[in-house]
Order: sequence, then C-alpha cells, then structure tokens
Amino acid sequence: MKSYIPHFLMLKEKSFNQTLEKLSTGPGIIPFAGGTDLMVLFEAGKLAEGTFLDISHLKELAGIYEHKDFLEIRALTTYSEIKNHPIVRREFPLLYEAAKVVGARAIQNRATIGGNIANASPAADGPPALLCYDAIIEIAAAKKNRKVPYCDFHKNYKVMDLKMGELIKAVWLRRSKSFTGVKKEFYHKVGTRKAQAISKVCFAAKVQLSQGQVQEIRLAYGSMAPYPVRAKSTERILQGEKLSSNLIQLAITQLQKDLSPIDDIRSTAKYRMQVACNLLKQFLEGCL
Amino acid sequence: MRLRTEGAQKVTGHARYIDDFSLPDMLYASTIRSPVSRGILIDIIFKEGINWDEFTIVTAKDIPGKNHIAMIENDWPFLVEKNINHYGEAVGLIAHPDKNMLARAHQFIEVKVEALPGIYQIEESLGCKQLLWKDDNIFKSYLIDKGNIDDVWSKADFIIEGEYSTEAQEHMYIETNGMVAVADKQNGVTVWGSLQCPYYVHGALVPLFGLPQEKVRIIQAETGGGFGGKEDFPSLLAGHTALLAWKSGRPVKMIYSRTEDMQNSTKRHPSRSRHVWALSKEGKILAMDIEFILNGGAYYTLSSVVLSRGAIHAAGPYAIDNVRVDAKAVATNHFPFGAFRGFGAPQSIFATERHMDYVAKVIGMDPIELRLKNFIKKGSQTSTGQVISERVDFKDLISSAQKSIGLEKKQKQFERDNQTSHIKRGFGLAAFFHGAGFTGSGEVYLASVAKARATADGKIHILASSVEMGQGKNTIFTGLAAQALGLRDDDIVIKTPDTKYVPDSGPTVASRTSMIVGKLVETACLGIRDTLIAQGYIKKKYQRAEFIRALKKFVSKNGPFECIGQYQQPQNVHWDDQKYQGAAYATYGWAVYMAQVAVNSLTYETTVEDFVAVQEVGKVLHPLLAEGQIEGGVVQAIGYALYEKVIYEQGRMINNQMTNYIIPTSADVPNIKVIFKEWNKKYGPGGAKGIGELPMDGPAPAILNAISDAIGVDINHIPLMPEDLFLKMESTNGN
Amino acid sequence: METNQVNISLNVNGKKIQITTYGMKRLLDVLREDIGLTGTKEGCGEGECGACSIFMDGQLVNSCLIPVFQAEGKKIETIENLEGKTELHKIQKSFLQHGGAQCGICTPGMILATKELLAKKSGKLTAKEIEEGLGGNLCRCTGYLKIFESVKQAEGK
Repeated sequence: MKSYIPHFLMLKEKSFNQTLEKLSTGPGIIPFAGGTDLMVLFEAGKLAEGTFLDISHLKELAGIYEHKDFLEIRALTTYSEIKNHPIVRREFPLLYEAAKVVGARAIQNRATIGGNIANASPAADGPPALLCYDAIIEIAAAKKNRKVPYCDFHKNYKVMDLKMGELIKAVWLRRSKSFTGVKKEFYHKVGTRKAQAISKVCFAAKVQLSQGQVQEIRLAYGSMAPYPVRAKSTERILQGEKLSSNLIQLAITQLQKDLSPIDDIRSTAKYRMQVACNLLKQFLEGCL
Repeated sequence: MRLRTEGAQKVTGHARYIDDFSLPDMLYASTIRSPVSRGILIDIIFKEGINWDEFTIVTAKDIPGKNHIAMIENDWPFLVEKNINHYGEAVGLIAHPDKNMLARAHQFIEVKVEALPGIYQIEESLGCKQLLWKDDNIFKSYLIDKGNIDDVWSKADFIIEGEYSTEAQEHMYIETNGMVAVADKQNGVTVWGSLQCPYYVHGALVPLFGLPQEKVRIIQAETGGGFGGKEDFPSLLAGHTALLAWKSGRPVKMIYSRTEDMQNSTKRHPSRSRHVWALSKEGKILAMDIEFILNGGAYYTLSSVVLSRGAIHAAGPYAIDNVRVDAKAVATNHFPFGAFRGFGAPQSIFATERHMDYVAKVIGMDPIELRLKNFIKKGSQTSTGQVISERVDFKDLISSAQKSIGLEKKQKQFERDNQTSHIKRGFGLAAFFHGAGFTGSGEVYLASVAKARATADGKIHILASSVEMGQGKNTIFTGLAAQALGLRDDDIVIKTPDTKYVPDSGPTVASRTSMIVGKLVETACLGIRDTLIAQGYIKKKYQRAEFIRALKKFVSKNGPFECIGQYQQPQNVHWDDQKYQGAAYATYGWAVYMAQVAVNSLTYETTVEDFVAVQEVGKVLHPLLAEGQIEGGVVQAIGYALYEKVIYEQGRMINNQMTNYIIPTSADVPNIKVIFKEWNKKYGPGGAKGIGELPMDGPAPAILNAISDAIGVDINHIPLMPEDLFLKMESTNGN
Repeated sequence: METNQVNISLNVNGKKIQITTYGMKRLLDVLREDIGLTGTKEGCGEGECGACSIFMDGQLVNSCLIPVFQAEGKKIETIENLEGKTELHKIQKSFLQHGGAQCGICTPGMILATKELLAKKSGKLTAKEIEEGLGGNLCRCTGYLKIFESVKQAEGK
C-alpha cells in the first residue's frame, strides 16, 4: 500500500439529491462507485489524497429499465448485470460480448458502466459497443440534468464533457426498429491474454445491409486513440455504397486516418494499426 | 491414493503463510531504495514533517558483522555502503509499529546519489563499456571441449550457424516474499519466512551478525510458490528483517508488495547463444560449436552454477563426438539474476532445439529424422564425456508423443485448412534431458543429511531441511517413510524445516528433493527398522501394529532415537571439477515434448492448442503429484515462450504489475497430456529421478518449432510477442 | 476516534462484527488484521490474481478492491465459512482428491470462485465455461488442469 490511508476520507449522503448537492460544493469530492479503477490507483500511491463520496447505495443510479424505444442502463449497473440481462443479450449483442470480457467475474460483479465511462480509459471494453449503439449519456446535477451523445462525450485523453458537480446517471440505448435486410455485428478484443486482460486493440462494428448496400454502419475502436472512438471518415466512405473488395481496400486505407494508436507498455502503434486493419477487413469481407 | 499431507489446511484457508503470522509488539518494515541503476550513495535525507524517533532506521553502519550475503562470491552487500550497482538497491531500512506510517515515511525520504552510467546488455558488458567486475566483466566462464572440433570443419558437408536469445522471466509465485524476525544479542536471531532453503539463509545470517551457528535459527513458514525465486533471494530479505529486529529489540515483519517484489527480486538470467554445427550429408552432426552467454546482473549470486548447468545441457541429448561450449556469465547493472526452475537449461536447450529444426530445414531433412540420427543411447558419451549407461530410447518417446497428439490425422487436416483459414496450425517438437541433483561434485559438497526419529507415542518424525512449496515434498516423504516401514501415513510426522531441529539436507532446488533427499529419508527410516530388528524388538517380517508396539517399547526403554541418511555419491559417478569432465549428474530425465499451435494471421497471436509431454523418469512416486509438476511447469514455460516479457528502462522493470506482466490464466492453457515412462530405476528411492525442472526445458523450443511449421517463419528469440511475430511476418513477406 | 475513522458493522461468516477504522482501509486488510481471518490472501493488491476473493452479499468479489466503508451492512463470507462442522465442503474434498491445490496460496480464492461457478449453472458446465469462469484466479503452480478436474468432479457430487 503506497497511499497513506489516514489522509483519505470516504463519506456518503443518504439521498441522491443530497449526493448531488455535496458534489456541487467543490472539485475535491470524487464519486466512488465499484472501486475497481480507483482502488488500483489507491494501492499504487497514484490516487490524490482527498475525499471520496460513496454513491454505490443510490437506487436512482441502479437498475436496467426497459422502455418502448430505449433500454436505460443506469450508471451503477455492473457488467455482471449487463451480461446477464436478456434484452442486452438479444438486442445489444456487442455490449453483451464486451461485458463478458471485462476483467473477470469478480471484477464484473463490481465494475459499473458509469465508472467505466467516467474513468475514460482508452482501453475500456464497453465503450466501443456503446459507440456502435449511438448511446446517449444522461448526466445528473443538482441544478439540471442533461443528455449527451456518447460519441461526443470524450474530448481528449481523460478529458470529457462532465463538469464539477455532475454525475453520470444512465446510458440510454435506442432499441432497433425492425429492418428488412442483413444486420451484422462484430466484437473482437485483442488482449494480452484470453482472460483478465487489458486490450491492445478493441473493435466493435455494426452494419445494416440491403442487397449488399450499406444502409448504416458503425465502426468503433478501443485502445486506438486517446479515448474510445468511431472511425467516422471510414464509415462515411462505406455509407450507402455496395460492398466490394475495392471498397474494402479503400476503407482500410481510410481507417488509418481515423485512428492514432501509440506505443505503450502493452503494445506498439504499428501492430495495433495492422491488427485494426485486419479486423476491419475480416468484418467487411464477412459481409460480402 | 495418498492425499496431500497438508492439503486439508490449504483448502480450508488454515495453512499459515508468513503474512498470516503476527507477534506481540511487532513492527512493520520497509526498504529504502536507490533511485538509479548505478552510482554513488551520497546521503539518505529524512525530511522534516515526520517524527523519526518513532521509527527504527537501519543503514550499513548498523551491521554488527559482515555486510555481504554469503553465497559463492561474497560480493552482494545487504545494504549499500557507497557503490550502487542496480536500481532499487537497498540503502536503508525503516520500521514502525503502525503499518500505515511506512507509506507516509517514504513521502519524506530522499536518497541522494551521484548517478553513473550503467550497462544492461550482454554486448555492452562484453565490450567493457563500463567495468563492473574485475577487469573484464566476466563473473565466470567455462569451456567444454570434447574431441577435435577444429579438425572437423574442412570435412563437413554442411556448416550451419544460428543465433538465439532469451529474456528475463519473473517467478510470479502468487505469494510474495516475506519474513518475520526476532533478534537480540543474548538469544540470537530467529527468522520465519517464505523460503526454499533454510540453511542458505542460516549461512547468510551467521556472518551478518557475527553470531555462533546455534544462535541463528531459521524456520520455514508455509510457502506460496518458489520456483527458485525463494532459493537465493530470501537471504537478503531475512537479513534486512533481522537487522531491524536487532536494532529495535522488537519483532519485525517485512512483506513485499507485488510491485515491489517484481521490481526488486531475482529473475531468470537472460541469455544469448550462438551455434555452429558441422554435418555430413547423411545428417550426422559432426560437431557443435556453441557460445552460451548469460546476463548475470549486478552481483555474482549463483550465476556460475546456472552457467554450468546451461553449458552442460547445451549440446542436447545428442551423441556428438566434437563439442565445444564456450560459456560466460557477465556483469551488468540489472537486479542480480538468480535461480529459476531449469537454472540455465531452458536457456541453452531453447537454442539447441531451435537450431536443430533450422538445420533440418537447411539440409532438407525431416527434423525428427535428423534428431534420430544423432540421439544419445546407451553407451553414448555426453558433451562432458559421461558414458550413458542406462536405456535411452528417443524413438519410443517421439512415437508416444506423435501418437498421443494425433499427429498423422491432424497434420493432413491442417495442411488443407491452413490454405484457406486465417488460423494457421502446426506442430513442433523438442527433445531434451535434464540432470537431476546438483551438478558435478555439488551433491558431494552438500553432504546432505536427513533424519528419522522414533518417538514415545509410536510415531516416526522425519527431519529434513527440504521445504514444501507445493511440489508435494510432505506427501512424498510421508509415502516413502510409510512404505519403507510398512506404516500408515498418519504414523509419520513431517517436521517443519527449522534449523534448530532439522539437519541440513541441502536446498530445495535442482530437482533433488525426491531423488536425493527422498532416498536419505528412506535410508534413515530403514535405519530405524534395522535397529529394532537388530535389537530383537521385531522380526524381519512384521505387521504395522507390531512395529508400533516395538517402537514404543524401545523408546520407553532407551529414550527417543534417531537414524540418519547421509548422501553417498554413487559409485561410477565421477566428476572432475578441474577438467570440467565426467559424470555431470548421476542420471537424467529424458523427454520429448510436442506442441500444436494455432497462429492467428490477423492478430499475430499464437495459441498453444494441444500439448504432449513424454518423459522417462525412473519411477513415478505419486502420479497425481508428478503430473501436477509437469503440467505446472509446461504452463510456466508457455508463459516463458509467449506471454512473459520483462520490460526494462535503464535496468528498472517498468511493467512490475500483474496487469502488465502476463502469466497464463485458466483460459490460456491447452490440454496437456502427460506420459511417464519408467525404464531406469538405478538411482533415487524406488528409482525415482528428479522431475521438478524438466518441464521447463521443452515447451519453448517446441512451440517456436511449431510456429515455424505453421507459418514458415523462424523466430529465434523468446518471449515471442504478437508484435514481434507481426514484424517478422511482415519482413518475411516483404510487405 | 481519529477524524477519518468510521464505525462499520458488517456480518462476517454469520457473525455480526463492529469495527472502528479508516473507511478506505481495504476489506482484505480488515478481514486479515482486524478480524483475524487470514484465509483470504493478498497476491497482487490490484484485483488481477483473485487470491483475495470473498463473497459479499452472495457475489464473488476481490476484497483488495473494496474499501471497508462500502462493506457496511453487508454479508461477507470467506473461505473459513465453507467447511462444515464435521467435514469439508464437497469442493474442498474434490480439490484434495484431484490435485487442485499445490502451494495453496491461490486455493481459497480459487475454491470460492468455483463455488460461484457451480452455483450459477444448472446442469453441467462445459470445459470452456470452467476455463473462462476461473479466468480471474491466477495459479502459478498447477497449470490449471487439475483445478478443472477438481471443479468437474465437485459438480458431479
């Protein structure tokens, strides 16, 4: 334990409103949910000394709610709960696949989707799936709630559209309308090993085709940029086009403009880019 | 089947490891470390803001005796006096009754140093970029010179070269290093700890404190994995903990955190090998010219012995008339490299078995056929001139491996599938051997002893310094004793390795515990039996109940008595230390391992899908335990080959977290079929040969040979990360 | 009581426990040091190895990642709670009979992970489910195969 424990304080407020009030009193109060990220920093001596506000008991932040057009996954939902939910499995298979590969079971039992988003690791497993589903983040604050498209939420490495006093309240996923045509979804995490791994490259993709023509496409990546991203310019050159080997080749070239992988302790930029291209190729060729 | 002796405690959480211990008034301890890999210590500054009076602080000047860890060369100091030779080197120690205060204290300590340029690579050391050891940076060198190698080159049809390298490997025992010590001038020093060799620690603490032998007592706590990482290293930690106990007059506990342990303890020696082989066109290997170099790190530790084992195994299980092995261990500013299961052999055998496949490719011969033309058999001489006098049938071992993995059928299928699938599959094999027991005259010098003691309650106590660390020593010794005496398991009590009570049976290393010490345990027990027979208490044939009655009667009449087993060098096993020739080991395990790999050509990841481990081991004493050793060693070696990379920056390990140093999980392991052959039963109890290290030697070359089979790419370095495979495939394909 | 200390009450292995300590102290350390239950082990301190696995309100969690503050009012079960009064739990027996434990340091966590794995599935687990299900519990000694066998055999009983 590298942190000096007596200099850390944990508190909780009884109610959700009191929690939001407390958070708005100053930047030094950090919300604490499942702890699977913060406690690792704590042990390593990398967590700044201060006050932590336990939010894990707040029922306003808990549960998965089925609405007619949306699935509402509240922030404290753990990845185990996400993995085990029948609607997630049926209608949001990318998120189901992601939930299965988050850490391992003991982590999934504690790791929350809200914490995963707020921790903003570029290597997070859930976010690429959320990007493919055009997730909307509902943000709560003492004064006002608001909603942000998840693809606009991250601005830079660990810089996000979340102000002091604000708390991620829920993730909203739009449930698909019925569609005549072919829908394909693909999730692949290349980790350092097959379980309990941080990703080197994470790829989530969703495409809707009608007679070989791309009606809608989402390509999302983890560990390939300072935050989870969609390969938007690559999506644009595929949008509305008929898939062909030539088009796939163009897409792969374009992909390299959308992504900015780095060398780090786990992998190299060159490897990451090559694998990202290979996975895209595999996905698109599977749609031919 | 005999259940694990201490198994019930382990599955219930009642087994007591060192961090489960506490003593009244105990202090918690931590190490102050150098922030540079090489330099001069100027000062340790204890800043304002902490009440330092509450702390016990120890530096080199507090050492009552000698400031070096007694090992082969006494060059590794317990605490830095002036010269810093590796990152994190201990410059001071602190202890406090409140564990929380240690983290606080480090925030207020600054270590002032004058940095000096360090060297980290073998090449830098050989080039004497900086001089760290004597006048050439060479800790030790050996030369094996068999036959007339220089006469061979002109006669050869093929001369084929290759260069191979391996990196460091971290033991990653799931229990980190830890010690608890009490000490005072009057009573001496007692240390409990997670350790493999109580008498190594004893031997190190005696000169540290300048105490007589009987005033230093080392007691092994339940140990959560060792693999060699708790062979030489614990002496340093035990000394540190005891020094704090000595100065404070209170019990002291020092437990390393995982990140601290990874960055600041010994690892497997990195290596570089160069092979030049001469062959006839029929495939007979006429000569092997081998250069084998180990990166020793900052201090000598056991590098000469690792080098020795690596050099002796370098020519592989092949009968080659002309062999030269030029072996060196060199100094760098890394944390000293030390013992790790295999101890030099995984490094040298990796090169040999990779080169064999490469050579086969070059001369256009099947790699198995090439090996079959050159294997050792009964009557062959090894590279050190040892005549092998036991049955060695590699053809049988290979055939078993091929059959078991389903080679014939799968190979056809893979040849087809590889053409269209992005997953490319292949097979690879490694043939190897591993000498059991200490190298050369080692066992003679150790002169190990085990004792059996008859007690008043009719029990037999087994006293030996061998430790249980998961390999099953308690169970094996119980079995050997019970079997020797015709008793039940619960008639036998394996006593805790405590230097106050147990004799020095040598360290728990070198695949020697069953074969060498087990034999001594057996001998000692038979001594008890023979005493009772000789004194007329029982007849030659007896029932268990009679034996116990007789034992109780004898003891009540004469008091408890002991018999010992002391190591006897087998006849016809002679080693010449000067010439470096002769019988390097009494016997060897012979093995053929085969791997089936799948290489994902989209992600460049290699998965071992199936694995067969075939070995001749004399006698399997306990099938479940023996299989457990092989399976565990194979998985550890899969890690060595494909997952485990120590990333250094100026001699400092920077991926010192379990998150970033990758060992295999349950989702990463193949099915492993273990096949034992029992041909040669000359040595060891019942003929059992040592097997603990054997499984570490074969998997890495087998896997890389399989990758070559799968995708036609030759990799000569481990660990092979997907990033490296990608670059290699790219350059091979000319992309 | 110092400023950052709190009173926590929790149920550990069926017993109500009250302690006063720092809210951020790890549940792992509270179990081992304050309550004296040393069966739960520390292997890494960062939720990678699973040696610190316990059940909290019936769920398998890494106790090194839980501040004791959050354990307030929760039901904690450790390895010490598994064995029966007169005999071992079937999982413990199976690990003994099939070589699932070698050095034993990963064993408490591994056995609790097995308990959750067996509880979650009605019907037999596939080999893949066992392999993936134990992915959060690292073992360095066994190579896992005899752990799989121990799990399979425990299932049967």
